[in-house]
Amino acid sequence: MSFLDRIAEGWRKNRKPGYYENFDYHWTMTIDLDQCSGCGACVTACQAENNLPIVGEKAFAKGREVKWLRMEHYWEGEYPDVKLNIIPMLCQHCDNAPCETVCPVSATYHNQDGLNTQIYNRCIGTRSCAVYCPYEVRYFNYNDHTWDSPLDQQLNPDVSVREKGVMEKCTFCIQRVRQAKDAAKDDGRRRVRDGEVQPACVQTCPSQAMAFGDRNDPESKVSQTLDGPRAYRVLDELNTKSSVVYLKKVGTEA
Amino acid sequence: MQGDANPLKYTDIHNDVVASIVETGSNYYVALATALALTLICFFFPWFYQLYYGIGAAGMNHPGVWGTYLASFIFWIGLSHSGTLLSCVLHITNSSWRKAMYRSAEAMTLFSLVVAAMMVMVHVGRPWFIHWTIPYPNQMEMWPNFRSPLLFDVMAITTYITGSTVFIYMGSIPDFAAVRDRTRGWRNTMYSLLSLGWRGTDTEWHRLHWAYTFLAVLIIPLAVSVHSIVSWDFAMSIVPALHQTIFAPYFVVGAIYSGTAGIVTVMFVLRKFMDFGEYITELHFDNLGKLLLVLSLLWSYINLVEVFTGFYSGASGEIEALRYRLFGFYAPLYWEMITFCAVLPLLCAFKRFRTSFVPMLFLSIAINIGMYTERFLIVATSLSRQYLPDAWGLYVPSAVEISILVGTLALFTTLFLLFVKIFPSVSMYEVKETMDTPKKIPAAASGGSLA
Repeated sequence: MSFLDRIAEGWRKNRKPGYYENFDYHWTMTIDLDQCSGCGACVTACQAENNLPIVGEKAFAKGREVKWLRMEHYWEGEYPDVKLNIIPMLCQHCDNAPCETVCPVSATYHNQDGLNTQIYNRCIGTRSCAVYCPYEVRYFNYNDHTWDSPLDQQLNPDVSVREKGVMEKCTFCIQRVRQAKDAAKDDGRRRVRDGEVQPACVQTCPSQAMAFGDRNDPESKVSQTLDGPRAYRVLDELNTKSSVVYLKKVGTEA
Repeated sequence: MQGDANPLKYTDIHNDVVASIVETGSNYYVALATALALTLICFFFPWFYQLYYGIGAAGMNHPGVWGTYLASFIFWIGLSHSGTLLSCVLHITNSSWRKAMYRSAEAMTLFSLVVAAMMVMVHVGRPWFIHWTIPYPNQMEMWPNFRSPLLFDVMAITTYITGSTVFIYMGSIPDFAAVRDRTRGWRNTMYSLLSLGWRGTDTEWHRLHWAYTFLAVLIIPLAVSVHSIVSWDFAMSIVPALHQTIFAPYFVVGAIYSGTAGIVTVMFVLRKFMDFGEYITELHFDNLGKLLLVLSLLWSYINLVEVFTGFYSGASGEIEALRYRLFGFYAPLYWEMITFCAVLPLLCAFKRFRTSFVPMLFLSIAINIGMYTERFLIVATSLSRQYLPDAWGLYVPSAVEISILVGTLALFTTLFLLFVKIFPSVSMYEVKETMDTPKKIPAAASGGSLA
């Protein structure tokens, strides 16, 4: 097969109709803000699962902390009549992701699970994806990070440790998704059952405010609440078609 | 241009220009050594440190992931628009006053582009993989992302560098030949190679003129598209205050504006230190001053439009970004920019101002400071105020960044100093075209090939 034929074949394969709409799985997360207590266990779980660096005091002061999942705090009203609103903010895995179009080397792309993936090896560090992301959930490695012994022993072997100069962000714990898919294949099943795969944050949430599942499966837990009256997406007006759905907080008006 | 009273002869031009190449005073070596040392100390050492340590050596942080490196990149691309574009426009409009200054203006284009390309290398996190942005068949079977405005950028700038190099080189061939005929030794060998065996026949002149005009027409749309594409790096995002349709003309006008100011600076320096007083005259400063006035009015208009559309959008994100730019942390820089780029250039309305050299020098430097500020503000204020208030932040450049900023100026100066000793920095044959033909051509003085 000639070189041009191979390119043409690859092009046809990648341009199959519906590549960007019809995913094998359509992983979705719902976060019930009524149930979220803002404890931050998800932040810690994410940090442990995904080998997030501890940047240290100086870098933190410069605003370079890496938190794939962060708690956003919004205060309402004047003291003493104040109200605190908390939103856990993580990569929204947009189906219309602005970050994917801008990367000159395609280091970030949409895979067939509807996930917005980041390929650390391919990243050249233009940081334009972080500019284009309206949710500000992409984090850059401003320098190499070290883990003092014995902390280096607890690094997750399923997740690569990122070097300086690359961008990173929430992956919906793609290593767990992969394991679940492999296990399902080994069982002779075609699909992963609902509840078989959970990202670290969902697994940890003590009030079970977060749920994770396949939107293509109408029976899944996320599909039940997806179109409910409380469901909304952050910055929906930007038409990013995000895969993280928040359930509105109600009944705390007093 | 030169009246009868002017004693300038064809021979004088040759003597002056060749002397500027061959005779080198100690001042030149001092300047070159200083520029080279500054380049090494302020540009390369901090950059190597940054390569070793990571981009963390610069002041960028979580919302402000772009900083002065990118601002410098836009600035130098903008400065590059001075030369080749202006030279092309003036060439096809038969403006003869262009002829004394265009060679150095084109050199500015070339070196600005080189510095801008260096800034890309400084900016990215892993410059050792920068070749991945170039589409070439490789064992990974990976192509760059053709949807990315950054990739358009790589294409546009590569094309622009190639086009400008060919343009300046082709225009210099007759002058290389002239220098070849007046030098000996290694210089003669070098200029023999550079002049490609130019003999000065009618056919050669005819073809040169044809090809030169052809390239000039080709480069004008190229130059306009290059800076439009640079603006798309920003305008194609959905960041408030960056996501604007006015950005492409805004960047192109800004580029020509800062480029024209850059030419005024360079011409002042050439006039002062290279003894080109007879070639670069008040006429040039007068005309460039008029151009600056028009461009400053255009630029001010686009700024007004930007403020108005931001206000008129009614979108909270846009209005906050606008408020922050006008009255926030960076507000002093904004008003400095307005003063330098919109108010001060109004002085060009007076002929007396336009034809005075030193005030024009100060104005041109002020404009370029203002234009650098503009690029910095575009990056810094927009990224500090995006959609989610929890992720708002502040970006302040670090010492490494400021050092590299100074270093780029030194790098540019070094390249320019090397240029004036290799290229005839005034186009001899075209200056002669503007002069009256001598009644009798003395064979000895005509410079051989150009007779």
